[in-house]
Amino acid sequence: MGPLSDEGLVQLLDADGTRVGDPDWEPYASHLTPEALRLSWRLMTLTRAFDAEATSLQRQGELGLWVSCLGQEAAQIGSGTAIREPDYVFPSYREHGVALTRSVDLPQMLTLFRGLEHGSWDPAQHSFHLYTLVIGAHTLHATGYAMAMDRDGLVASGQPDKDGAVVCYFGDGATSQGDVNEAFVFASVNNAPIVFFIQNNQFAISEPTTRQSRVTLAQRADGFGIPRVRVDGNDVIAVHAVTQWALRHARAGQGPVLIEAFTYRMAAHTTSDDPTRYRSHADEEKWRQRDPIARLEKHLDSLGELSQEYRDEVAAEAKALGKRTRETVKSWERPPLLTMFDHVYAEPHAQVEAERAWFDRYQQSFIDEGSHA
Amino acid sequence: MTDTTSGSTAVERESAVKTMTMAGAINAGLRAAMERDDKVLLLGEDIGQLGGVFRVTDGLHKDFGGDRVIDTPLAESGIVGTSIGMAMRGYRPVIEIQFDGFIFPAFNQITTQLAKMHYRSHGAIQLPVVIRVPFAGDIGAIEHHSESIEALFAHTAGLRICSPATPQDAFDMVQQSIFAPDPVLFLEPKARYWDKGDVDTDAVRTRLDDAAATADIGRARIARPGTDVTLVAYGPTVRTALQVADVAADEGTSVEVVDLRSISPLDIPTVVRSAKRTGRVVVVHEAPTAHGVGAEIAARVGEEAFFHLKAPVMRVGGFHMPYPPSKFEHEFLPNLDRVLDAVDRLMAH
Ligand SMILES: Cc1ncc(C[n+]2csc(CCOP(=O)(O)OP(=O)(O)O)c2C)c(N)n1
Repeated sequence: MGPLSDEGLVQLLDADGTRVGDPDWEPYASHLTPEALRLSWRLMTLTRAFDAEATSLQRQGELGLWVSCLGQEAAQIGSGTAIREPDYVFPSYREHGVALTRSVDLPQMLTLFRGLEHGSWDPAQHSFHLYTLVIGAHTLHATGYAMAMDRDGLVASGQPDKDGAVVCYFGDGATSQGDVNEAFVFASVNNAPIVFFIQNNQFAISEPTTRQSRVTLAQRADGFGIPRVRVDGNDVIAVHAVTQWALRHARAGQGPVLIEAFTYRMAAHTTSDDPTRYRSHADEEKWRQRDPIARLEKHLDSLGELSQEYRDEVAAEAKALGKRTRETVKSWERPPLLTMFDHVYAEPHAQVEAERAWFDRYQQSFIDEGSHA
Repeated sequence: MTDTTSGSTAVERESAVKTMTMAGAINAGLRAAMERDDKVLLLGEDIGQLGGVFRVTDGLHKDFGGDRVIDTPLAESGIVGTSIGMAMRGYRPVIEIQFDGFIFPAFNQITTQLAKMHYRSHGAIQLPVVIRVPFAGDIGAIEHHSESIEALFAHTAGLRICSPATPQDAFDMVQQSIFAPDPVLFLEPKARYWDKGDVDTDAVRTRLDDAAATADIGRARIARPGTDVTLVAYGPTVRTALQVADVAADEGTSVEVVDLRSISPLDIPTVVRSAKRTGRVVVVHEAPTAHGVGAEIAARVGEEAFFHLKAPVMRVGGFHMPYPPSKFEHEFLPNLDRVLDAVDRLMAH
């Protein structure tokens, strides 16, 4: 069973939008009322609208780069909606949907991609760490953070409602990194409360997952003694259920869990990438048939739970988000140049201070010259 | 630098002065830091029951337990990376890397993550992580056990790098590093672990929970005043420089020795003041001279003291080669003869 097979996937909603019975996992989805499902549909729709807007802003030269999550909305919203206080999230760089569930202001995120700053939100405020661009590096931070949560008495406290855990997102390519494997070792031997969430979108830029592994990515967990589950990543209900289970397991002090959400990156890797060089239209079409949003939409429709009124409401919200995104991005000015020197260190550092002072004088010299003219 | 310990009388303070090896002083400093704040955690390979391969953490596992003195998996990147996560929750991890040559698996975590988190979070995330590294050579070891790594890290903004040359500084600076808000690479000159000196354990030179603590680490020290030549050294080469000064004095040359203590930041003002006094500067370090800390100092002295110089700034350090087999290390290292030779050449100008 290789990393691109869809064997062994937990599924609660099939590609036609029909609910699938699964006695093992159903209990973790049974609380999902039509209202909760509508919310998931709404969050996925907003994520996609924002993503589309950011893509076009990049095309128009307003953003340096954009990393689309098109097609991965169910993996992100399904898991994101299972997260609560005091859980803490460590994303990689494609988790815009998860960010939405953490109440990060999506337009504001784009300062990173517009080249204004390296980190756009306050991680503590959203329990959502900054994006990490070095593949796999954050999986260790997540593990250390989880170990510290355990030390701080936030795990298996005797009051399950108050317990917390970490959710750490990364891709299929990342599983080849040494850091990810070290994170598994540390999490395992320390029984850390962490859920490793692999979004197997089948590509690391151009390389298919078969260049990273001969077995399913979920099977990686076995050698570390970490329980694992493989889920249909385009099934928002199943993703929610397995994440719910995994989080309860971790919060209860039972240690780490690995989830492999099998999905597909429908867009290019980033706006700099050209997927026509490494995959076929037929493949893309096959996965378009499994679109996670359409799937839930069909399901809600069959239940008669998606009124035209609600659709219109969400469509208007999506449109407004797009407009606000565009306006926000265009409204930004570059901050004063000297702020570039801020926060290199927590305390003054002679070299930084000297260079800031020099640069200030250098700039002033032009202003002085100008004023003579 | 003056002692700012207030309220204690001279008699009481004298009672706190003990003769210690540098390893013992670091051990005492770690102990004091752990007693002061239970958020201080020690992490590393073999640092628990064994007390570290150099026994620097000896006895701490027994007294503080395995929850505070943590034997980690054998994974340097993992140690640094998980420490970053723990520091995000308010812990003060103090990592021991077993030998300098084994820090490279963690190079990525240190340079791309640890050093940069404060900057990219606009100051929202402080990472008070200390990485203790038994560094440099002269112990007759096999390969990868004697490297000088400072220049490889000094190029990265966001890290502080320091190296004590005396037991007193080792005791003070390890605590100051632990309670500083920035990550610190704390380079322990392993060949000097067994050097003895007096340590005043009451007088950590500035209050620890004060910004002045970090500023103090960044300050160089005139280890010996002189008028003809300035030797700039740090860590293991300070003792060599002092020996050179003794020999040179017999030959009628007055050598001033500047102990940098800190490599990032560099206390350039102290070096430049000394350069202006003597007009002649030699930088002495074990690391290869090419692209090294000495090159930085030579350039800075050139920029800031050019008209005071009687001769070009010289460097004495290792060669551009892998650290050689130990039978050759005495010629690779800036030994007494090579430093004296540089002093003589400067005096001939
Ligand atoms: C350590 C490292 N090596 C290479 C890169 C360049 N790079 C950026 S994304 C990427 C592919 C990552 O694939 P995967 O982990 O599957 O995540 P995905 O982008 O598909 O979500 C590569 C090679 C990087 N960012 N970091």
